[in-house]
Amino acid sequence: MGKMSVELDVFVGNTTIMDEEVYQFWLDGYTVADAVRVRMEGGVLQECEASAEVLHSDTMDQFRTFQMCERLLHCPSKLANQLLFQIPPHRQAMLIERYYAFDDAFVREVLGKKLSKGTKKDLDDVSAKTGITLKSCRRQFDNFKRVFKVVEELKGSLVENIQQHFLLSDKLARDYAAIVFFANNRFETGKRKLQYLSFQDFAFCAVQLINNWTVGAVDNMVEDMDVDLDKEFLQDLKDLKVLITDKDMLDQHKSLVCTALRGKTKVFNEMEANFKNLSRGLVNIAAKLMNAKDVRDFFIDLVEKFIEPCRSDRWTAGDIKLFLTHYTNSVHILDTFKHQVVWDRYMGVVKSCILKMYHD
Amino acid sequence: MPGKLKAKIVAGRHLPVMDRASDLTDAFVEVKFGNTTFKTDVYPKSLNPQWNSEWFKFEVDDEDLQDEPLQITVLDHDTYSANDAIGKVYIDIDPLLSSEAATVISGWFPIYDTIHGIRGEINVLVKVDLFNDLNRFRQSSCGVKFFCTTSIPRCYRAAMVHGFVEELVVNEDPEYQWIDRIRTPRASNEARQRLISLMSGELQRKIGLKVLEMGGNAVVGYLQCFDLEGESGLVVRAIGTACTLEKLSNSSAAAPPACNSPSKDIKEPPFSEDPNPNTHSSGPSTPLKTQTYSFSPSKSYSRQSSSSDTDLSLTPKTGMGSGGSAGKEGGPLKTLLRQQTQSALEQREFPFFTLTSFPPGFLIHVGGVVSARSVKLLDRIHNPALGNTRSYKLLDWNSFAADEPETRDAWWEEIRQEIKSHARALGCHAVVGYSESTSICEEVCILSASGTAAVLHPKFMQEGCLDGYSDPSRLSRQPATFSAGSEKGEFDIFPQSKDSSAALGLEEPSPPSCGFCHIPYDELNIPFPAHLTYCYHCRRQKVPDVLFTTIDMPAEAAVTGKGCLIQARLCRLKKKAQGEVNATAISNLLPFMEYELHTQLMNKLKLRGMNALFGLRIQISVGENMLVGLASATAVYLTALPTPGGIQIAGKTPSDITYEQHISNMQKKINDTIAKNKELYEVNPPEVIEEVIGSPIPEPRQRSRLFRSHSESSDEVSELDLSHGKKDAFVLEIDDTDAVEDIHSLLTDTPAPAGFYSCNTEIMPGIYNWTSGLQMFTSVRVFRLSNANLTNQGLNKIFNDLCENLLKSLYFKLRSMIPCCLCHLNFTVAVPEDELIQVAVTAVAMTFDKDQAQENWKLGADKTHMKAIVENEEQLQFPLELCTESPSTNPFSPCRGTGLQESANAHATPRAASVDYSSFADRWSSWIELIRLKAQTIRRGSIKTTSSLEKASPLPEGRSRSLRSTRSYAGSTVAVVKMTPLSFIPGTRIIKYLGIINMFFIRETTSLREEGGVSGFLHAFIAEVFAMVRAHVAALGGNAVVSYSMKECVFMENPNKNQAQCLINVSGDAVIFMRESELEATPAPPQTSCSGGEVTT
Repeated sequence: MGKMSVELDVFVGNTTIMDEEVYQFWLDGYTVADAVRVRMEGGVLQECEASAEVLHSDTMDQFRTFQMCERLLHCPSKLANQLLFQIPPHRQAMLIERYYAFDDAFVREVLGKKLSKGTKKDLDDVSAKTGITLKSCRRQFDNFKRVFKVVEELKGSLVENIQQHFLLSDKLARDYAAIVFFANNRFETGKRKLQYLSFQDFAFCAVQLINNWTVGAVDNMVEDMDVDLDKEFLQDLKDLKVLITDKDMLDQHKSLVCTALRGKTKVFNEMEANFKNLSRGLVNIAAKLMNAKDVRDFFIDLVEKFIEPCRSDRWTAGDIKLFLTHYTNSVHILDTFKHQVVWDRYMGVVKSCILKMYHD
Repeated sequence: MPGKLKAKIVAGRHLPVMDRASDLTDAFVEVKFGNTTFKTDVYPKSLNPQWNSEWFKFEVDDEDLQDEPLQITVLDHDTYSANDAIGKVYIDIDPLLSSEAATVISGWFPIYDTIHGIRGEINVLVKVDLFNDLNRFRQSSCGVKFFCTTSIPRCYRAAMVHGFVEELVVNEDPEYQWIDRIRTPRASNEARQRLISLMSGELQRKIGLKVLEMGGNAVVGYLQCFDLEGESGLVVRAIGTACTLEKLSNSSAAAPPACNSPSKDIKEPPFSEDPNPNTHSSGPSTPLKTQTYSFSPSKSYSRQSSSSDTDLSLTPKTGMGSGGSAGKEGGPLKTLLRQQTQSALEQREFPFFTLTSFPPGFLIHVGGVVSARSVKLLDRIHNPALGNTRSYKLLDWNSFAADEPETRDAWWEEIRQEIKSHARALGCHAVVGYSESTSICEEVCILSASGTAAVLHPKFMQEGCLDGYSDPSRLSRQPATFSAGSEKGEFDIFPQSKDSSAALGLEEPSPPSCGFCHIPYDELNIPFPAHLTYCYHCRRQKVPDVLFTTIDMPAEAAVTGKGCLIQARLCRLKKKAQGEVNATAISNLLPFMEYELHTQLMNKLKLRGMNALFGLRIQISVGENMLVGLASATAVYLTALPTPGGIQIAGKTPSDITYEQHISNMQKKINDTIAKNKELYEVNPPEVIEEVIGSPIPEPRQRSRLFRSHSESSDEVSELDLSHGKKDAFVLEIDDTDAVEDIHSLLTDTPAPAGFYSCNTEIMPGIYNWTSGLQMFTSVRVFRLSNANLTNQGLNKIFNDLCENLLKSLYFKLRSMIPCCLCHLNFTVAVPEDELIQVAVTAVAMTFDKDQAQENWKLGADKTHMKAIVENEEQLQFPLELCTESPSTNPFSPCRGTGLQESANAHATPRAASVDYSSFADRWSSWIELIRLKAQTIRRGSIKTTSSLEKASPLPEGRSRSLRSTRSYAGSTVAVVKMTPLSFIPGTRIIKYLGIINMFFIRETTSLREEGGVSGFLHAFIAEVFAMVRAHVAALGGNAVVSYSMKECVFMENPNKNQAQCLINVSGDAVIFMRESELEATPAPPQTSCSGGEVTT
């Protein structure tokens, strides 16, 4: 009849009712109308003989509930202590986990960028590029920033700190640790040559770096232990240069690796021809890491100096693994080389990063 | 100085930032009681202050203890300007005044501000030391227990039911005081909150005094309401049923098998009542006459003269027991003038009971619904004593009664008299399920009262009824067996139940499963036309063809199939008018509305093939330019009543062929709907042998015409035949377009989606095996009628759609709980402004076990039953209980009155609940096995619900630091508090009542848009109200609120100014419950020693 309009429409349960699907729509930044449309297409109407009106009312209601919860989600430990909404613990965990979940497409766009107002302003570009709504982009960005701010100055394990303050699952906490780590060190991840890498590739590398190259890797009770790289170690990396500057050592290293690999790989000739280039590449990366700017280029350097040459010679992942293993271990036999510990600490990480980053 | 109140402020948390510069707060707390105020130190620069204050001690009269709330104000210290209030907490300390309720209040309370809502929480400890006060002239009534629950609270037994208590207090509304023209709205709202809190306290104290006078110790079915009369003041009134309750404890071996044996809520969540066959054998068979509905027009015109004439001299056997002991001790008490006059005599004058379900044997016959309405013009309440020492010391309007004859009290008195005479006309001496309400618009006020005329057993109203208990109880299981067998009309399948009752020599004149249906009035002297038949259940006494009541269905009633919610909805336009003219216009409309609502109810009842209504609640709300009527009830098919005839449509102009066709099409639709409904609700009454007088087959010649109200004069109205008694088929005559519309609207009532049931009573007749799923909710909708040129028909359609859509929304919201039933689904309508209609609903969705419903449990129960019969006497007892009572939702434990069995009873009966799971029946060899099964089932269930979300995630490769240890969400510090409008929680047992919750809040905003508009504003407010109720319950040591209701939700908005305001009043009983499974684990239920905090789930 069109003669009435709903002025006010609320539903409040003693136990807060939340539909995970609707929550996801809200998180994804849908408008109520869009969410209603998608729900209708999903066939929820048949479930309970509902009408579009009913669906609209329900969606509005839940969106409002989520909005009221959002304040609490910014500080998840409050969710367990607040009195306003009675939400069973497992639902609380779900709310938090989903709120802090992010899209891989989005995180790839901001990974390694400074979590600043400037970056936030560019989010509409990110939104346009990824197809993720601006609202959702903002939420994800704000989550990154919030987590970053809280754990930045804390002592102790980065992952544990994130878990403790944000009550996230192990997996998500580790992902956030990677995001925080990348943001703090401003690793370049956006270059075209790095586009083929997924967030999970980087997250894996981040774990390697955090566990081996940070201050926390040696002393686990310092501030920023997991966020900042171990400066001393970076200094020491300069010493590795001898591997390429000392011609004898370089030749000896090459012959050791070649001996070990002969007959074991199809790309032996290419390897032999390229050995010095590759070795120079890896050692130069190490030697430059004491400069913050070069730290940022760590991943692009790995790709340009090592991964791309190998890929153009059609190395397989197995070839890479074989090579890097012997390349690393052969150094132990060089008796004139005095920096075995630094070498291992360096190559351990580089090896696993490269293996992760080398997509056949 | 009879009491010392002690309060300690422990800490705060999540406080708002009050100092923008530092992002922190310098908080301190003022603790105020009466005129005494204490302060804590300032805890600087923290949002989580730890005050850890000393104990603040208040030495006060117990009168004040009852009236005043403890006021806690949290403030932000400001060196240079006035301290900013962060918010307040009002703590009602009444629960601490009763020895059986809470002993300490301790917990986190939300800090509430009328503008900002909840702003953090404060941890408070409160205790009371009461000194013994033997002063019998005292004004306090400490220790009288109050219950919102409208039945005898579980874990108590009623030693005596004294009867009706009522009181009202009046004050100026601060909102309308001159001071508020210069004060901020916030200040006046806070003043209102405080005033109403104070008035509630005083009201409760005064009611308590009356209860003490009557010799009682408790008020059950306590219903408190506010009338916001605007300029003319603020009325807080309450009614209730005075009782003498006795706490059930396991130790008292001599206790007879009380109706409220703790077992009952366990085995039979649905009902607390038991059949009591002996009540019938004690008296002669009741007079015969039928009527189901007493129509009482507004008193401003044509009061039905027949009422007093038909004052039959019936009820000889019941001997007017109501108010029994009241006279005994009225004397020495020095109370207010009015209280004296109101003592014993007046109590007898109003034999009203706010209870909706009753101890076994209490309710003998039900006559039908009685109601009365009256339209009044509000005038300013003359209030000369304002402004002396205690600014808010309340004025009892009654003390000014001498000046003003037309007082609120007198108004209610009139209405009650009318109700009483209606009840008399129905041959009843009492009114049960009694309630009162008002609807106010500007200066016009509609007062309404309704109840169910009934004949009650006197023994509950006389001293010594305790002794009376053992006899009937001994036999009670027999009729219960009978009703179990007949529950679905399957007499033939379970002949042994009859045999057994016969074998035991039980020849009941009126079994409890049908006795209450038998007419209480004289067949030859009915004040209205009615259609009587012999009871279809016992074939001995007369029953009416339909029965309308305001009570819950008696547990022992025999029903066929399931019930369903029925609503009649109606809008009537009226001209805007002032004063007398307006009141007269409203008065003239009321009878038509009642009539149409009644017609709708009757049509819808027939359409569902059912014959009785329970929980009938008719609400008529007045607005400036319309009246809105909403009647809700739960329809059932009572096995004892005749099968309802169909609905027959008759055309007016038979000449026209297409018209005839149209009619027959509609007739077909209606017939199809009836058939569908019968299937849906499993209404398959047994084939009736045609020996019964009256035929269930429609007889067209008996048709009578339905009056269209607009075409009738008021003279005719007073002659209206509302009984619909004389015909079997209900005839709708289509004489105008209205009727066509009516039929359409009749057919557009969509049934609940598959898996859903709904009722407005406590539980759904026909569903017995509730599981643990529970979701209480409140939903509010306001509709704006944008077109001013609406017709009545258009308006009706809108209103009808509104209610239907709201129901649909509820079903959709709760679909994850299927199979489930929406219980206590109570709608409240209001017309807050010119073109607004507001509908508010509070209800609970409860899950039940679909597979084990119906046939299964009955088979199981019956097998157990048979088994039990062959076993020896000792063993017989419990299995018998199981099989006989549970199916008929009869929790009565038929202990033979020996002390020995009492303790066994207490332990055994909780387990008896396992009848729910009787699909395993054939495997039961004894009741012990049955218990085991039950326990397993419950455990299985609870594992499912508590399983946490522990994810199996791969451990990090690099580092071996443990990452799983610190997740803390599982250790939530907030105790879960369940809320339900029902008096019980399925699968649990209430082990302690901690006191009444009666809270009043106002919320206002001047930034409506920013808070998400009206919906955002109200959504947040309702959530806050829930949170505050839960916090108070938790602080009392409780884990649930039962009999919860939202009695008031007054919403006002001014979108142009970006403002809104809302006022909410909620109430309920704080309790500690334990799951049956927990009880099983604990050998002895911690009845008395249990401290609440430990029992949270």
